[in-house]
Amino acid sequence: MNRKSLAYPYLIWAAIFIVVPLLLIVYFSFFEGGQFTLQNYEKFLEDYYIKALFRSIQLALTSTIICLVAAYPLAMILSGKQMSNKQVILLLVVLPMWMNSLLRTYAWASLLENNGVINSMLQALQLPTIKFLYGNSAVVFGMVYNFFPFMVLPIYNVLCKIDHSIVEASYDLGADKVTTFRKVILPLSMPGVITGIVMVFMPALTTFLITRLLGGGKVMLIGNIIEEQFTRTRDLAFGSAVSMILMVIVLITLTFMSKKDSLDKGGGLF
Amino acid sequence: MNFLKKTYVAVILIIMYAPIALLMVFSFNNSKLPIWSGFTLDWYTKMFHDTGIQQAFMYTLIVALVSAIISTIIGTFAAMGINRMRGWQKNAVMNITYIPLLSPDIVIGISLMMLFSVIKLPFGLPTLIVSHITFSIPYVILSVMPKLKQMNYNLYEAALDLGATPWYAFKKVIFPEIMPGVIAGAFIAFTLSIDDFVVSFFNKGAGVDTLPIKIYSMARKGVNPTINAISTIMFTTIIVILLVTNLKANKKVRQAEFKQ
Repeated sequence: MNRKSLAYPYLIWAAIFIVVPLLLIVYFSFFEGGQFTLQNYEKFLEDYYIKALFRSIQLALTSTIICLVAAYPLAMILSGKQMSNKQVILLLVVLPMWMNSLLRTYAWASLLENNGVINSMLQALQLPTIKFLYGNSAVVFGMVYNFFPFMVLPIYNVLCKIDHSIVEASYDLGADKVTTFRKVILPLSMPGVITGIVMVFMPALTTFLITRLLGGGKVMLIGNIIEEQFTRTRDLAFGSAVSMILMVIVLITLTFMSKKDSLDKGGGLF
Repeated sequence: MNFLKKTYVAVILIIMYAPIALLMVFSFNNSKLPIWSGFTLDWYTKMFHDTGIQQAFMYTLIVALVSAIISTIIGTFAAMGINRMRGWQKNAVMNITYIPLLSPDIVIGISLMMLFSVIKLPFGLPTLIVSHITFSIPYVILSVMPKLKQMNYNLYEAALDLGATPWYAFKKVIFPEIMPGVIAGAFIAFTLSIDDFVVSFFNKGAGVDTLPIKIYSMARKGVNPTINAISTIMFTTIIVILLVTNLKANKKVRQAEFKQ
């Protein structure tokens, strides 16, 4: 009852449903009717797709930076000693992670719509209405809103683990608050920051749902292009090639951020 | 300074919860427009009488239950097997396990979709369940593994020496030790399945919708207060489940402290 063979059912499962599907993507992206070809990748070089790729990276980066800037102070406040009911607040910040992201995005869409809640209020107050939806900024907003908890939690975890005597030693040695933050707290919290960046950047880069609901089909990101190939145009070969490109970007980001390393150091969510 | 901190936390919480709260309020609104015009339960009655929503609800539950059970069983045994592995074998298996965790949902979704169309498995309930099991197992493995590492292996061998059959020793020695990890894994698998939209979107069959997919197709047609009613129920359920499990955990911590 305690042998390696216990893992065999899983290994078979993983081989069929994890490894083979990935190999299928590789195969379909390079072979057309048994012949090796690069035409799917050449097609990606068209202006339209390259622009979508850069737009995806740009929007994902923007929302990651906004998340980081907003989450770091919050994590610091929550890990500080003064906060009385910080457990409750932390729970409230993390709770949306368990709620359906589709529903939460829809909630904002129904608020921001042209005849949504906010504009109805403005109308009732005789003020001009504002067109919030269907643009890059609405999409960035949706990304920040959806993935914000993923930034707070790892930073909070790391900040809580910092030995307070190190911070006190820094004060005793004459450093002021800014220097202590810059030289002690920030470097020690880097594993959490890196995990947070990965946890926000990845889903933001690959989303097609947020763009669909808040961008109204006008903002095309790489995720939307893949989705389109598989649901409407049915160009599986090109869809596979775009997925391969996406996977390569993900792998580069992961190696760059040495994801596993920071996960093991306790910055992770699990 | 303290005031500043409190305001900052308050502002973030308001941004996070205002849309959810308004969604809930407007699920009781007596108008299709987002202007308050009286209390009604019409949207809830509509929701309960909509056969499409009923079906989606049933499919969501079936998929979540079946995939959680199967992935917990496969994942728990896998964790035990991996725990006995060493060196390159363990590394290789763990790297494969990390693939679904690290790859984007959309890639998991389309890769499985291609597999199913290549082996000509008709899209429907089976493809949904298989795909949900696939992305759930790694989470189960990762929540059971730490418990196995903490466990003293000698206990299991002692049980065997004292004449227990391997199965009996598993039941009486290993399982009680790793149980918290197994339960946590099952819970994660269940919530992930209920919550999933992207993978289901690519692997559902005609007429077999899960709740998130049903909501998505309704939301694309514009504002619909029935969605608000479904959301309210889903949000409340999650909040109640989390509160209950959290309270129980707190209770256990207090009991442990009391004993000491």
